[in-house]
Amino acid sequence: MSVKELEKSATLEHAGDGHFHGDGILGEQFETLEQQNTSYLIGMWAFIVQEVLFFGAIFTAYAIYRFKYVLEFTLAHHELSVPIGTLNTFVLLFSSYTMARAVRAAMQNRHKKQAFYLLLTFLFAGVFMVNKYFEYGAKFEHHLFPGGDYDAHTIVEHAEKKGELRVAEENGKEVYELGKTRDGQFTVFKKVTPEEFEQRTRLFFGFYFVMTGLHGLHVLVGMIIIAILIGRAWIDHMKNKPVADYMPVEMTGLYWHLVDIVWIFLFPLLYLIGR
Amino acid sequence: MATATYTGTDKPNYLNWKTTVASWLLTYDHKRIGILYLVTISIFFALGGLAAAMIRMELATPKGDLLTSDVYNKMFTAHGVIMIFLFLIPSIPAVFGNFALPLMIGARDVAFPRLNLLSWYFFTAGALCVLVALFRGGIDTGWTFYTPYSSSFAKGEVSLAIVGIFLAGFASIFTGINFLVTIHKMRAPGMTWFRLPLFVWAMYATSLIQVLGTPVVAITLLLVAVERSFRIGIFDPNLGGDPILYQHLFWFYSHPAVYIMILPAMGVISEVISAFSKRRVFGYHFVAFSSLAIAIIGFLVWGHHMFSTGQSMYAGIVFSFLTWIVAIPSAIKTFNWMATIWKGRVHWETPMLYALGFMGLFVIGGLTGLHLAAMATNVHLTDTYFIVAHFHYVMVGGGIMGYLAALHFWWPKMTGRMYPEGWGKLAALLVFVGFNLTFFPQFILGYMGMPRRYHSYPEEWAVLNVLSTAGSSVLGLGYLLPLIYLTWSLKYGKVVTERNPWGARGLEWELVDTPPDPHNFERTPIVTRPAYDYNHPEEPTGFVPKPRPVVVGGKDG
Amino acid sequence: MWNFPLVPPTASKEGADISLLYWAITTLAIVFGSIVLFGVIYLAVRYRADNNAVDRSNATDSDLRIELAWTLIPLVLALVIFGWATKLYADIYAPREGYYEVFVIGKQWMWHCQHPNGARENNVLTLPAGRLVKASIISQDVIHAFSIPAFRIKRDAVPGRYNAMYFTPTKPGEYHLFCTEYCGTKHSEMIGKVVVLPEEEFQKWLEKNAPGAVAATTTTTSAAGGGTLTLAQQGEQTFKALGCNACHLNPNSAVKVPDITKTWGSEIKLADGSTVKGDEAYIRESILNPGAKIHAGYQNLMPPYQGQVSEEQLIQLITYIKSLAGAGEGGK
Repeated sequence: MSVKELEKSATLEHAGDGHFHGDGILGEQFETLEQQNTSYLIGMWAFIVQEVLFFGAIFTAYAIYRFKYVLEFTLAHHELSVPIGTLNTFVLLFSSYTMARAVRAAMQNRHKKQAFYLLLTFLFAGVFMVNKYFEYGAKFEHHLFPGGDYDAHTIVEHAEKKGELRVAEENGKEVYELGKTRDGQFTVFKKVTPEEFEQRTRLFFGFYFVMTGLHGLHVLVGMIIIAILIGRAWIDHMKNKPVADYMPVEMTGLYWHLVDIVWIFLFPLLYLIGR
Repeated sequence: MATATYTGTDKPNYLNWKTTVASWLLTYDHKRIGILYLVTISIFFALGGLAAAMIRMELATPKGDLLTSDVYNKMFTAHGVIMIFLFLIPSIPAVFGNFALPLMIGARDVAFPRLNLLSWYFFTAGALCVLVALFRGGIDTGWTFYTPYSSSFAKGEVSLAIVGIFLAGFASIFTGINFLVTIHKMRAPGMTWFRLPLFVWAMYATSLIQVLGTPVVAITLLLVAVERSFRIGIFDPNLGGDPILYQHLFWFYSHPAVYIMILPAMGVISEVISAFSKRRVFGYHFVAFSSLAIAIIGFLVWGHHMFSTGQSMYAGIVFSFLTWIVAIPSAIKTFNWMATIWKGRVHWETPMLYALGFMGLFVIGGLTGLHLAAMATNVHLTDTYFIVAHFHYVMVGGGIMGYLAALHFWWPKMTGRMYPEGWGKLAALLVFVGFNLTFFPQFILGYMGMPRRYHSYPEEWAVLNVLSTAGSSVLGLGYLLPLIYLTWSLKYGKVVTERNPWGARGLEWELVDTPPDPHNFERTPIVTRPAYDYNHPEEPTGFVPKPRPVVVGGKDG
Repeated sequence: MWNFPLVPPTASKEGADISLLYWAITTLAIVFGSIVLFGVIYLAVRYRADNNAVDRSNATDSDLRIELAWTLIPLVLALVIFGWATKLYADIYAPREGYYEVFVIGKQWMWHCQHPNGARENNVLTLPAGRLVKASIISQDVIHAFSIPAFRIKRDAVPGRYNAMYFTPTKPGEYHLFCTEYCGTKHSEMIGKVVVLPEEEFQKWLEKNAPGAVAATTTTTSAAGGGTLTLAQQGEQTFKALGCNACHLNPNSAVKVPDITKTWGSEIKLADGSTVKGDEAYIRESILNPGAKIHAGYQNLMPPYQGQVSEEQLIQLITYIKSLAGAGEGGK
């Protein structure tokens, strides 16, 4: 056989290896479906480990500064909307549930059901992103995005109202006293200059935007993949395909649970603790 | 006619069965992706080498008279960034891991061929970002990007370079994931863990580091870029941050990254020494597990880069202790290689010369590491030319010698052509001599205190620096030669059609055509012998089973 | 031309100890390196393929005893040297007492050094021979590193934190001083010299260079104040100029403040129950950011001085507070 003949020979891939490669489910590098499926699972888990270290490094940095600037970070985190955060937590939890249902449907080759649950997951993810949009919008509006027009005065005002911050003057300079009001008595825990307060709250919002931004990016990527899977499941349904490969859904499921778990860590760390 | 009996150049192989540009750029074939990487990183090796030449020319005289200090700083930054992120880290894993690893374990391809191609595109995109950053004025942060200099002081396209390294980092992660799964799941029947060639063990350890370490440096550098753009004080103390935190996060990856550069080379050396001594690698299990030990302990020693930063004495002691421990597996490997040569039949071919050169240079690099593991001497030597010499002995003397050994060893398999042996030997000799001439004087300079990254230096160190610069021209010639004769051999080299020109053991030599068939093996082979079974020349390591009769209409699988 | 050095001068007590360790490790490296290098060449030549005259029988490919031997012997040697090197390092870099203190501030691209009597130097550091010296090093901008090869010591100058380094110059002479941490464009010009003088000459030098003694020394009267005063006296002036004396050291103070004459060198109980050592880092932090560590039994009333005092003023204040505790020379 010459090169030309070889190119024509469409069956070359599996010439004579006597294995089932039908329907394009089994990749040509694999011998059996079992091998392929476990390969994908191990690969996905390796990817998840990688993601954990990726987020882990930034969680570490956050934890260090949360500890170092505990009062400033606490005041800054009051600006985050717990209702929206809680809503988003439940939205993501539900989406994980619908994702699990979609995986189950895929394993049972029930394409329509699978498409339905994937669509639900997609919609939940969409709700999450819409919430995120409004949440980010509010931060931009109050100049809490750590860009050029960052301004901590919203935090200062709110903290003053709550009795956790007092603006004082010493040596002719403005100083923020951070503390707590109990029984009408203000106790000072720490004094900072306005510049320091701005720097540290800016750092908090820096972490907030980087962490939730990276997480949001993961949600977006997940939505794209889910959209493709919906399309594929629907085509399988229309064609009445008896058997389809469930691994893409299974792996997307793993990924989606990872995205969910990252949020489960983000939400208390950024929104809740210290309240 | 059965496929196995094709002869001549018309034989369909992975190189000639499709020849369009698209068939290369969209290939899922691990062998072709290896070649893509080879071409790409060769370009960066040349660029990084050019920057090194500029550095050495500047240092030929004590006064900074050739380049301005700004250009000089940009040169060593370009040299470091290119050589480390765009050459050494992908070098052996992405080229020879891709080309040879599936062949060695009897697989048709890596587990995720598309991810493999994606990895090359990530790498290329990242490399282009770095190139654009370099050509748009360059960056002068050093490859370490130490804060707060990189985040608050340095000018230029630092963020773009960081994005480039971020992308190249993910290319490395994808390669790592791919090899981990490939080694776990794609081994041919009979290829048990302890029948694996030691190169595969080394690649397994390397992949672990790539997957566990790279994401940390990716996010860390991203935070530097964020700090640059949005002035949030993560690492800059003037903004409330901590510059030492950066060093912790950076070295958490970048120390293990040194092992990404050296472990695959060690794997290659095991292969080459065994193949050219015609003997099973001595102490197979010890060599295999020492790779894993290096990968694991290597994650716990990062603080030895920071003894002089004022980190706590107790932390320093722990890091120093673990650094002494991590030296042991390398010693075990070296002694086992020596014992492999003992009572072997040593063939002095080019790959073996590089492997012997590797042992010479790596031993010097490793033993001078002891000066740096000891805290008291470390503090005197750190950030001097002693460090520069030490890591060049390990990463260039070790890493690139290993890379060149691999390149010559697998060249006939990759291309179907033999390189010219005489020129190969000459180049190996030039590299060895030139390398020692370049870097040995730097140990002396470093002990005398010459700081690294200096553009000018006191007069009394001129002679040693001239020596080093002279050596670098020999070294440069030594590197230029393979580039020329290997390219030449593509067209004029002796045609190799036999499967096993070296008489080596291993599936890639015994069962794979030269150059390999697009699908490596006709059918998945069955492995019956351990690796390097030179004591039983009559027994093949494995065989390709006869085709099973296809029952029409019947079930199969 | 051939008269060039191959080893650095050794001009400190610590340097001699470190040199000994260096050469011990080097000897070990040469021994092991030779075993491998010559062993490999010998074996590769002796067992070359066309040499059939050698005995290749009983060529085993594994032997647990040999493996253990070349695992354990290097391990034991490694641990011995680890112990030696660590002990030496701890002896040199752990806090010591009875020292002559100099302050070093690194900035792009120069070294600024201050002596307790108020003498200042740029890119030159004059030291007495035969006395333990403590250098407290800090940076004003990026990370630098203060390196004196002849003394075999080095410490990073990190912005925002003091790093201490102890050494005993022994031989009078002039030695190189380098910045060894890359710090930007003129990194390689951030160099200078260390001048070691015999004790009497050093005392003369100190007197001559005390502030006010030489009007020609232009740097002596900088914005940080100074005039004819010692570092501690300058600190006292700064102390008053910043209004610290409104509360501290003021018997009539309206507010209750910790007694700063007892801060230096003592174990200070904090409000959260932990204790902290009253060292430079603590004093520095308590000036810049008083709320970070609050003295037990006191309220956090002091305003933070972040951004209001320079590194030089901080050094003056710390020296002043040290002097209050009676810790003039040597930190005792």
